[in-house]
Parts: sequence; structure tokens; C-alpha cells
Amino acid sequence: MSTNLTDRGSTRPRGATDDHPLARTILIALGACFIVLFLVLPLVTVFAQALKNGVAAAMDSIVEPDALSAIKLTVIAAGIAVPLNVAFGLSASWAISKFDFRGKSFLITLIDLPFSVSPVVSGLVYVLIFGMQGWFGPYLREHDIKIIFALPGIVLATMFVTFPFVARELIPLMTDQGRDEEEAATSLGASGWKTFRRVTLPNVKWALLYGVLLCNARAMGEFGAVSVVSGHIRGQTNTMPLHIEVLYNDYQFVAAFAVASLLALLALVTLAVKSFLEWHYADEIAAIHKH
Amino acid sequence: MRNTSRYLLAAALLLSTGATCAADISLLNVSYDPTRELYKAVNSAFAAQWKAKTGENVTINMSHGGSGKQARAVIDGLDADVVTLALAYDIDSISQIGKLMPGDWQKRLPNKSTPYTSTIVFVVRKGNPWKIHDWSDLIKPGIQIVVPNPKTSGGARWAYLAAWAYAEKKPGGSAEKAKAFIAELYKHVPVLDTGARGSTTTFAERGIGDVLISWENEAYLALDEMGRDKIDIVYPSVSILAEPPVAVVDKNVDRHKSRKVADAYLQFLYSKEGQELEARNHYRPRDPQILAAHPEFKKLPLYDVDDLFGGWQKAQKTHFADGGVFDQIYKPGGK
Repeated sequence: MSTNLTDRGSTRPRGATDDHPLARTILIALGACFIVLFLVLPLVTVFAQALKNGVAAAMDSIVEPDALSAIKLTVIAAGIAVPLNVAFGLSASWAISKFDFRGKSFLITLIDLPFSVSPVVSGLVYVLIFGMQGWFGPYLREHDIKIIFALPGIVLATMFVTFPFVARELIPLMTDQGRDEEEAATSLGASGWKTFRRVTLPNVKWALLYGVLLCNARAMGEFGAVSVVSGHIRGQTNTMPLHIEVLYNDYQFVAAFAVASLLALLALVTLAVKSFLEWHYADEIAAIHKH
Repeated sequence: MRNTSRYLLAAALLLSTGATCAADISLLNVSYDPTRELYKAVNSAFAAQWKAKTGENVTINMSHGGSGKQARAVIDGLDADVVTLALAYDIDSISQIGKLMPGDWQKRLPNKSTPYTSTIVFVVRKGNPWKIHDWSDLIKPGIQIVVPNPKTSGGARWAYLAAWAYAEKKPGGSAEKAKAFIAELYKHVPVLDTGARGSTTTFAERGIGDVLISWENEAYLALDEMGRDKIDIVYPSVSILAEPPVAVVDKNVDRHKSRKVADAYLQFLYSKEGQELEARNHYRPRDPQILAAHPEFKKLPLYDVDDLFGGWQKAQKTHFADGGVFDQIYKPGGK
């Protein structure tokens, strides 16, 4: 047992990688089992259930009007929420990493808030603000403006839960990069906007893309907060995750899983692009650190 | 190949025109959980009738969920033209808190504004392995009961009151004993879903629990969907007369200028055609002839909430409000 692969003598403490081969195999097997059981199997089940009655049946339930409207609503909601979050995330991390001001750490805490608040609460907040019994409800109703139980409410709830994604990706990187390059640009006479566009943005583009990706995946997949503000009107205010629940509860299991597999596909694509970016991103980081 | 292009075309068309195409007028019916199939049938029949009568295309949009939750959404501003909920208390709330309709809404349509009724029955696994025949059998040691949360689900509140009525009215029964019985019964409930449909899928699809306390209509639907070889319906010795009411939401129809079609829609539920559709979807129609033509609706003694509990306002306050009897007896997780 004590024979070592190296010939440096047996006094050296046992390295992390020279465990008994059996222990290693068992550990790896356990890990693999977990991954198969908790990640691969559910994913396979989703697709298997969706295709139970053939590809045509699955396709039919995706092009059915209520499903199409759910897909459309999801795309619109993410299409509005994600760019707004990018704008916010960029400006917040720019402000936090490049400038000093009072209340900075408070701002960072605030940005993280949606991570620690339950999505149900995030949704209820909007009901309390814009609902008929809330602050602005009666005013909005008088002016025929719909916020909750309509697209704006769904976008707001989506934005709230995806708030930290972009900023959280950018703040550590931008802090790490420091202000030297920006200061150099400014001292050479570049305007603030030009500095941002020509210096800051190129430095963080991969991290930004990565944040957008995560943000989008969450925006399209969000259930809890959106469920509270949706009103569940079929063909109108159901997003994809809500539509899946409706179908499941309608005993339409094939249809439910067909739409679910669309979301699963989105997850897989996100994962693939993310891995690709991570690879790129690592290079970028290494390049930055060489300076 | 041709199929694919057809799908793409359909997708493109729908994405460009949206859901608003071709409807002259639309109604939003905010309903409770188990009525999905019922209103699917009713809506298309009514739309056809309305088109024939007036030439207008009417689209009826649906929203389903636990009855209490749906009432809350309407109060919070969900733009319902009509509400078709599980019990009168929930529409009372819309009238009182939301001020969206007068307090006497229930007098505006026949039969206390309930075009159809239902009752509470048991659904058991095929062959009834636990030999559950009446309410008292539910609290045998080891039995797991599936029933939704009375706080959010109308069906669950009817189920609770049915169990209470049984325990209070049986020989030697009393309100005290009923409370003890209910407390014992909910100890057998491992988890409370928010709506009736959630409980049905928990029981039938996910195979959890030994008995489901359910709407009669929901039980028959589960029988249709899950197959008669998997589950049986058991009628207890007594149950409750469940009256799910319907109402036009005055403030909303006035704003939408949709009162005429909303009124006609609810009237349709009382018509022969509507009553027949309700019976076929396992709701007990009010029309005695149509009811008689459907022998599957077993006759059993049914208690009335007004007689036994003094109406829904009182029942809600005593049993289901915060700090009420249900809060006193229910500890999450059973045991």
C-alpha cells in the first residue's frame, strides 16, 4: 500500500491523486451516477415524453395557437428585459468599478437583492404597487393602462428576477481591470463616451455576452414571479413555463413536454455557447493579466 | 418537407398577427380549476349560437386557477367580464373588497346564480384496497389523503365542510366531535396543493396517496383521463351540495361595453344546450329532466351550506379565515 509511484521515498505525505484506485473508481462512479440520475435522466425524460407519440404530435402542440402565443410572449418579454438589463448592468458596473462614491457597497447589495428574494415575493411587489388595491391601480385603470395581468407586468417581473445577471458578471472583471487604461485614454484627450466605447467595452465584451446569455436563459425560464403577475389568460398572458403548467394540468402530457423540450433546448444551446465563451473568455483574462 | 413549411407559415402568420385576429368582441371568463374542459365545450357552443343570432364573432378567453386565488386576481385588477368560481364567498369578496359588483349579485340569476351543482366524493385506487366507504374510513391508521388547501381552493373548502357536516350530523355527533374529526383527517394529508387540478394530478398521475377527496366532476374527469382500470369513485353516505356560482363583473363589462354578450353567456349556462354540456362534463345540471337523463349522478343526502353553516360568509369566517378553525387544527406535514 505504501509503495509510491515516485522514487522519492515513502516519507512524503500521500498526494491527492495517489488514492487507492478502487476509491477513485468508486468516487468517479458515484459522481457519474449523480450526474446521470439528476441531470441527464430528467432531460432525456423530457424529450422522450415529448416524442412519445411521434415528432408530428410534438410539433402540432408547438404550433397550436396558445403555444405560439406563449412562445411569442416569452420572446417579447425576454427581448425587452434583457437589453434593458444589459444597459443597467453595464452602467452599474461601470459606475461601481471605475468611480468612488458614497453608498457604493449599498448599491452592490441592492443589485444582489433579487437573488435572495423569493420570486413569488418579487411578483407580489408589483401586484401591491400596480394592482387595483395597490398604490397606482385605480389611477392606471382610470387611464386604461394595464401593467399587471398584461405584458408590462410580465416584463417588469422578468427584469426584476434577472436584474443581477449582467452586473454580477461585469463588476468583478471590471474591478480587476482597474482604471489605468481609462485614465490613460482620458489623459490623451478621449471623451468619456469614447473611452467607454473604445477602451472599457472591448475589455469586457466576452463577459458581457456571457451575462446576457445567463440573463436570457433565466428570463425565458422564469416561472414564479411571472406566475403571480400573469393572470393566466390562455393565449394572452401565459409565457412558455406557464403554458407548460397549464398543459400538464389539462392532462395534455405530450404537449406539455413538447413545449418543455423547447425550453430544454434553449438551456442546451445556452450551455454550449457558454462553454464556448468560457474558453474564449479565459484567453481574454489571461491576456489582460499579462499587462 | 411540406409539413415543415406549413408549420413555419403558421408560425409566421401567428407571430405577425398575434392573438387578436378576427374577433369582433371578446370576453374574459375567470374561472376555477376543474372547469377547463367544461368551458372549452361551453365557449365554442356559445360562440356558434351568438354568431348565428347576432352575426358577431365572440372569443371567450379563459383563466383557470384555485378559486380564492382567482378572486384575488380579479380584485387586484385581472380584467374579468364574468367570473365562474367555486363558491359564493369568493365572488362576495370581489363585490366587497374590489367593489366591482353589487352585494346582491347572487339574486340576479336563478338558483342563487349557480347554473350547475356538484358534490364531494372520494377517488380511490382500483379495487379500493383500503376499503374506504365513508368519511369515518378516511382516518384509519396509515391512510394518506390527497386534498388541496382550503385557503386557496374552493373544492377543498367544500370537502372540509362535507367532512364536518358528516361528523356533526351523524348519530352522537356534535360540533366538538366534528372539530376533532377534521383535525384527525388533516393529519392524514401529507401535502396541500393550491388547486383541485393539482391534487388530481398528484393523486392520479404521480401516484401519491390512497384517497383523493375531490369534486364529483373532477373525479369523473380523472376516470376518463386515467382510465377506469386505475381508479374507482366512492360515494360517501352523505356529502355537501356544492354550488359554484357565476356572475357578471359589472364595473369591467361597463368599461369594456360587453354587458350584453356577458349576460347572454351566463344565460346560456341555464339553457337546455348549456345544461346538457354541463351534464356531459360531469356537473349536475339544475334542469331536472336533463339531470334525470344522466343516471351517473348518484342520489345521496346532500347538506346545504346555508342550512348547516349559516351561509358562506359565516362558514368562511369561522373555518377558513386567519386564526379560524382550520388554522387551529392544521399543522403542515401531518402527524
